[in-house]
Amino acid sequence: MSQSIEERLFTIRYKADDKSHLIIKDQGVCETCRDKDCNYFCPADVYLWHEAEKMTSVAYENCVECGTCRLACPHYNIEWLYPTGGYGITYKYG
Amino acid sequence: MAEERFDVVVVGAGPAGTAAAYTAAKGGLKVALIERGEFPGAKNVFGGVLYRKQLEDLIPDFWKEAPLERAIVEQRLWILGEDSAVTFGHRNYKYKEPPNCWTGLRVKFDQWFASKAEQAGAIPIYETVVTELLRENGRVVGVRTDREDGDLRANIVIIADGVNSLLGKSLGIHREWQPDQVSLAVKEIIALPRQTIQDRFNLDDNEGCTIELIGQTCGMAGLGFLYTNQETLSIGVGVMVSDLRKKRIKPYDVLEGIKRHPMIHRLIQGGEVKEYSAHLIPEGGFDSIPPLAGDGWMICGDAAQMVNAVHREGTNLAITSGRLAGETAIAAHAKGDFSAGALEDYSKAVRASFIYKDLKKYRGVHGLLASGDSEMLFEKLPQALNNAAYEMLLVDGVPKKEKQKIAFRHVRDAAGGNLNLLRLFLKGWRAMNG
Repeated sequence: MSQSIEERLFTIRYKADDKSHLIIKDQGVCETCRDKDCNYFCPADVYLWHEAEKMTSVAYENCVECGTCRLACPHYNIEWLYPTGGYGITYKYG
Repeated sequence: MAEERFDVVVVGAGPAGTAAAYTAAKGGLKVALIERGEFPGAKNVFGGVLYRKQLEDLIPDFWKEAPLERAIVEQRLWILGEDSAVTFGHRNYKYKEPPNCWTGLRVKFDQWFASKAEQAGAIPIYETVVTELLRENGRVVGVRTDREDGDLRANIVIIADGVNSLLGKSLGIHREWQPDQVSLAVKEIIALPRQTIQDRFNLDDNEGCTIELIGQTCGMAGLGFLYTNQETLSIGVGVMVSDLRKKRIKPYDVLEGIKRHPMIHRLIQGGEVKEYSAHLIPEGGFDSIPPLAGDGWMICGDAAQMVNAVHREGTNLAITSGRLAGETAIAAHAKGDFSAGALEDYSKAVRASFIYKDLKKYRGVHGLLASGDSEMLFEKLPQALNNAAYEMLLVDGVPKKEKQKIAFRHVRDAAGGNLNLLRLFLKGWRAMNG
């Protein structure tokens, strides 16, 4: 019954907005960030550091809107807003 | 949505906001209930247990119509070792008459609850985000939404926007929550046939069982849970965000580990995962409660950190705080006074309620959990307790007196010696009895 995160996220209904509600304020800060904790603590694997491009990618379409990154980014480098009304996740059970 | 004037605008249609809207609308006020999700409950997750008493205060006999899962007749506590468990529990059929609490699913429950507020006259404004509070001369006079011409003016704004409470933050009543003031919970809904659930948990129709899990959280402060619904199980684990960040472990891998534990695996096997979810839980407790009211505003529920983590109570605190805010709004309306002085009655009512008293009792728990002892409290001690139990019950010719010594040594060593064990015991006692 072991599942990948992709399979898990597939169980959630999303209505993706065409603009991201999560914005990296300064990619330069990510580059100097030693631990890149956001690559681990996000329950939906939204954040991924790309060494070649020197940037953190943001898969906002997968965001479950928990707010962990808002509080746990050690540099408060993520601008976190709610998706537009009616967009984002819609749980079936909750 | 041309600029309209309300007596009360409630932000957030979770248990706190809906209770506030229901109360105020029933009291004859003109109320708007704003929710950012497609419908109330769309964004909401909890463990989840719903309690009778606090909702009954609002809607007598609600359980005869509300969409609840199973009436809980048994609560278990499992202290997990790597492949073992020391278990406690209490089953009592008195919990059925009247029901004490139920398992629930928020998408169904929150929609039903909000429909009661609508029936009472609250005007639903869903799929709408409140982007900021409107303020004039230092007082809150309404909200700005992400709808076109989306300003709503009101004498009172009740802020029930949940654990992230961007509005509370915008008021400056709390700094950003620190990573040790919140836990991240991940959860799965696993479908199994009704009869299978009842057989595995020794239940009759509509009877439910909850299991809280301590241990096997990779040395992080946290708790797991496994609850029985009608035709699904709710399984999840919440861990303190500061520990999660330190450990660099994926939250869903912690859940995966718990699902593989032999005690758990047998209860969930063969089931189909229907939904994955994640949500923050306020864990700061008493000392994190922000100021609750000011000129033109009150704040309720998760947004005000009203969660009793020790007893995993949250929705009941939310409902009571919402009701008290609604009642204060009615009194303020009668007086025509919406100042901080008038709305201070809400803070007083919360202070006189079980919310304040219970959170005060456990005010030290947050400090205990945030003090850096997670590895010992949530990994070493649970494992030691399992080792000690194994030792005591194993008949291998070693004299009992000797066994008792060995068993105690397991626990003592996990705590780092006699003195530390005593210190931990006193610290724990104080934390639970503030």
